[in-house]
Amino acid sequence: MTTVSLDAARTALSSACGDVTDAGPADAVDGVPARLVARPGTTAETAAVLQAAAGHGLTVVPRGRGTKLSWGRPPERADLVLDMSRMSAVLDHAAGDLIVHAQAGTLLADVQQTVGSAGQRLSLDESVPGTSIGGALATNTSGPGRLVVGTARDLLLGVTLVRADGVVAKAGGRVVKNVAGYDLGKLVIGSFGTLAVITDAVFRLHPLPAAQRFVTVPFGTAEDAAALVQTMVHSQVVPAAVEVEWRVDGAGTVGVLLGGTPAGVEARTAATLELLGTGAEAAETPPPGWGALPWRDDADLPEVGLKLTCALSGLAPVLDAARRAAADAGVPLTLRGSGGSGVLYAALAADAPVDAVAAVVERTRTACTAHGGSLVVLEAPAAVQAAVDTWGPVPAIDLMRRVKEQFDPERRLAPGRFVGGI
Amino acid sequence: MSGTHGTQTSAGPVLGDTPPEATAATGEVGDNAAGMAAVGRVARALMPDTGVISDPTQLRTYECDGLAHYRVTPALVVLPETTEQLAGVVRACAEHGVPFVARGSGTGLSGGALPRADGVLVVTSRMRTIREVRRADQRAVLEPGVINLDVTRAATGEGYYYAPDPSSQQICSIGGNLAENSGGAHCLKYGFTSNHVLGAELVTPQGDVVQLGGLAPDAPGYDLLGTVVGSEGTLGIATTATVRLVRLPEEVRTLLVGFRSTDDAGAATSAIIGSGVLPAAIEMMDALAIEAAEAAVHCNYPDGAGAVLVIELDGPAAEVQHEYDVVERLCQEHGSFELRLAIDATERALIWKGRKSAFAAVGRISPDYIVQDGVIPRTALPEVLRAIADLSSSSGVRVANVFHAGDGNLHPLVLFDDGKPGAGEAAEKVSGAILDLCITHGGAITGEHGVGVDKAAYMPKMFTDDDLDTMQLVRCAFDPGGIANPGKVFPTPRLCGEVPGKRKHAHPLVEAGLADAF
Ligand SMILES: Cc1cc2nc3c(=O)[nH]c(=O)nc-3n(C[C@H](O)[C@H](O)[C@H](O)COP(=O)(O)OP(=O)(O)OC[C@H]3O[C@@H](n4cnc5c(N)ncnc54)[C@H](O)[C@@H]3O)c2cc1C
Ligand SMILES: Cc1cc2nc3c(=O)[nH]c(=O)nc-3n(C[C@H](O)[C@H](O)[C@H](O)COP(=O)(O)OP(=O)(O)OC[C@H]3O[C@@H](n4cnc5c(N)ncnc54)[C@H](O)[C@@H]3O)c2cc1C
Repeated sequence: MTTVSLDAARTALSSACGDVTDAGPADAVDGVPARLVARPGTTAETAAVLQAAAGHGLTVVPRGRGTKLSWGRPPERADLVLDMSRMSAVLDHAAGDLIVHAQAGTLLADVQQTVGSAGQRLSLDESVPGTSIGGALATNTSGPGRLVVGTARDLLLGVTLVRADGVVAKAGGRVVKNVAGYDLGKLVIGSFGTLAVITDAVFRLHPLPAAQRFVTVPFGTAEDAAALVQTMVHSQVVPAAVEVEWRVDGAGTVGVLLGGTPAGVEARTAATLELLGTGAEAAETPPPGWGALPWRDDADLPEVGLKLTCALSGLAPVLDAARRAAADAGVPLTLRGSGGSGVLYAALAADAPVDAVAAVVERTRTACTAHGGSLVVLEAPAAVQAAVDTWGPVPAIDLMRRVKEQFDPERRLAPGRFVGGI
Repeated sequence: MSGTHGTQTSAGPVLGDTPPEATAATGEVGDNAAGMAAVGRVARALMPDTGVISDPTQLRTYECDGLAHYRVTPALVVLPETTEQLAGVVRACAEHGVPFVARGSGTGLSGGALPRADGVLVVTSRMRTIREVRRADQRAVLEPGVINLDVTRAATGEGYYYAPDPSSQQICSIGGNLAENSGGAHCLKYGFTSNHVLGAELVTPQGDVVQLGGLAPDAPGYDLLGTVVGSEGTLGIATTATVRLVRLPEEVRTLLVGFRSTDDAGAATSAIIGSGVLPAAIEMMDALAIEAAEAAVHCNYPDGAGAVLVIELDGPAAEVQHEYDVVERLCQEHGSFELRLAIDATERALIWKGRKSAFAAVGRISPDYIVQDGVIPRTALPEVLRAIADLSSSSGVRVANVFHAGDGNLHPLVLFDDGKPGAGEAAEKVSGAILDLCITHGGAITGEHGVGVDKAAYMPKMFTDDDLDTMQLVRCAFDPGGIANPGKVFPTPRLCGEVPGKRKHAHPLVEAGLADAF
């Protein structure tokens, strides 16, 4: 984009939306400077902004609250940051139907507060504090609760999207059961803003459990951890979460969450303590770090954050491969995640040498893919991002490219951010 | 009978031939005969003789699915045994511009597997191997023709089962379930097919074989699998499915509760869900549905009930006891006059038998009927049921209600006698008006039976042109030639590459004779 057209673009955007400013250094997207920031207040304004952006050939990066803007690859260009923070209203909470309808910029925490007053919750764990609904959907974040209630794809009922050409489209609806038409909601979950801008969403809710208990037990080896996880997932206690943490110092913990009625939880806690054996302990409150990603992203230099997945039977080899690879490369590694779902997150220090990180990524990825899963570098310093294959191999990539071409043929939404350079 | 409104499983004689509006969606015999012949040659080279059917009498056995009043004889039927054979046929279809339709067990209730007269019907009934039951992974890997109930049978010994349980589970296929995103009574707690299919091998409409998802969750990239599930065979043919297996619960309690009215039963349903208890199932039947079930299977439901609820609670024994107490209290507070707890498996089976046989049982009290499928917000149940009763009394058309109350998924059975002039049309009208009620109450035109050919005309009532065009973008990405189950789901699909509203000349594919403009 040339400077000449920036003025014209700003004028066009300003008539589309009352809140358009020049971008500052803080608006950079994962190191890529932005030119303009638009903060639409409605779906119609979002559509008008995208139309104006299309008219002036601007690339657009949607921003929820900016907590995970460093995830994925940096976009090739970020002419316009489309900031959703003004669209932050909970539009409807139908408690009797257990659904909530919220604008994309709404903080997940605000949604929880609204529905919590009726003894309900949106069962999306807030793994990154401060996240918006749109950001959580676009990055498909999840936490310990995924074991039973699943992830965003299992909770999203309906969605309003604005396409790169400014066309507004809805899919799904406001009822828990609905098979009319394609489920576009699932398509935008985890799409990192590359397909369409989410402006509002309807979710199913769950009742808040009356009682909760956390049971933890230490483990020493990958095999022990996997065996404990297997014991829990095959048990009859129906855990709400089965988490695994393996700290840098070698201390390992399997953590189990039980939720339900007070009497039921008490009986199930007793059963869990017995199943997990020596060293198991129960507590009313979560163990430290429960549900948080293991890396720090508030420092100047981000730590390296990896997401590992595997079939449940692959848990031991994957844990083992990650630990050994880090030890051999001489870099400290922390693992934490939903072991019972086959999802782990790993953190490496920000100053870990690039080739050490690359070695850990490669060896761990081999173990993940051997067990049906994948390894994705979610967050990393620029030098690391440049040196490693952050997304790894992606089956069906050609089909994904064709979807992108249909939705955004001019590649104006967060170009280059997603798998295969999408 | 015009047939665009409802779904009819006719217990009596089939109503006439293919309705006129269906022909646009189903092609004409002889369209692209040369292409068809070429596909036939490829199929015969790939498969044994018994796997390729072109004899007219045999072809006719595939002319309809569970929605029997739409009938079209396919030009060719293939019964592949492997992914390679299936992909080979699809590739030939793509090359020659021949449409194809997938078919599992043919129990669909929206005409999704209705063949094309100018196309190939790809039947998966010879791909019925359960490849793996992976207890440690809580997954099973299945071929598409595997029968739903067989998955549970194969996993029970390991302490597991496959949760989505459509009433047709003894015959419907996993591929059909995947394509329809089928539900069942226990989906209230456990979710639908889309929550349980975690991976699939897909033969794309261009004949490529791609793996979507798999044994591990959260595969990187777009969630194409999530879009394919529920797409009614319009985005390709699934040749394997990797599904979640669920631990068999420690305890199950099945209750049959009698109420004076559907109002009371509906209010009890809302109260139970509102209390935070999540039963595995809450099913409702009204007086007419009970009458039919009694006539058919003598299930001995409470005398004089205006409605019954079948409620199933499952999970850890310690939780189920508490839930039972809550449910019992709430039913009483909402006017239940009888509550029976099944004391053993036989009693439980009898309670479910009444519910699961209800569709077919209606044949006992009416020669013909339409099975409707619509969804409303659960809290609107009493209001919508009253409105349906009003519709019924003002039109004189009887409506039996049997449905998934916990989900707000209605299955009104609209009864009529096609022997009486105008009865079919009157029933159609009531059936359509019920869908309108669902839409005006913020619901959906189908909760599990799909759009198929039957409800394509209803899609614009739920979605705008822009919504539908956006869905069509997905279609064009997967199926640029428009050959995968064309004419289903979308009322007027535009051809890929066409700018909406700007059509001037015939699309190149149409000019080349490779596609219809539907
Ligand atoms: C060092 C630091 C300091 C911070 N300081 C502040 C502060 O002072 N004030 C403050 O308010 N916040 C602050 N934050 C939080 C920051 O703004 C968050 O990064 C941001 O809010 C993240 O928003 P999000 O989680 O909603 O998703 P984002 O990180 O905004 O987005 C994640 C991904 O989702 C996509 N996306 C987001 N929304 C949509 C949508 N609606 N449709 C389609 N795609 C979408 C994006 O393009 C991106 O790919 C700070 C964060 C950091 C790291
Ligand atoms: C008595 C009765 C009760 C029923 N109860 C229920 C119920 O409780 N819940 C419910 O949801 N449904 C119910 N149904 C409807 C029906 O059984 C389901 O839709 C079922 O999933 C269809 O499976 P099928 O194998 O018969 O598929 P078919 O009817 O053969 O095909 C259905 C659709 O799937 C497509 N398809 C089939 N196989 C594949 C494949 N491998 N890949 C891609 N597309 C494919 C077809 O093209 C078609 O569009 C019922 C039907 C009957 C007759």
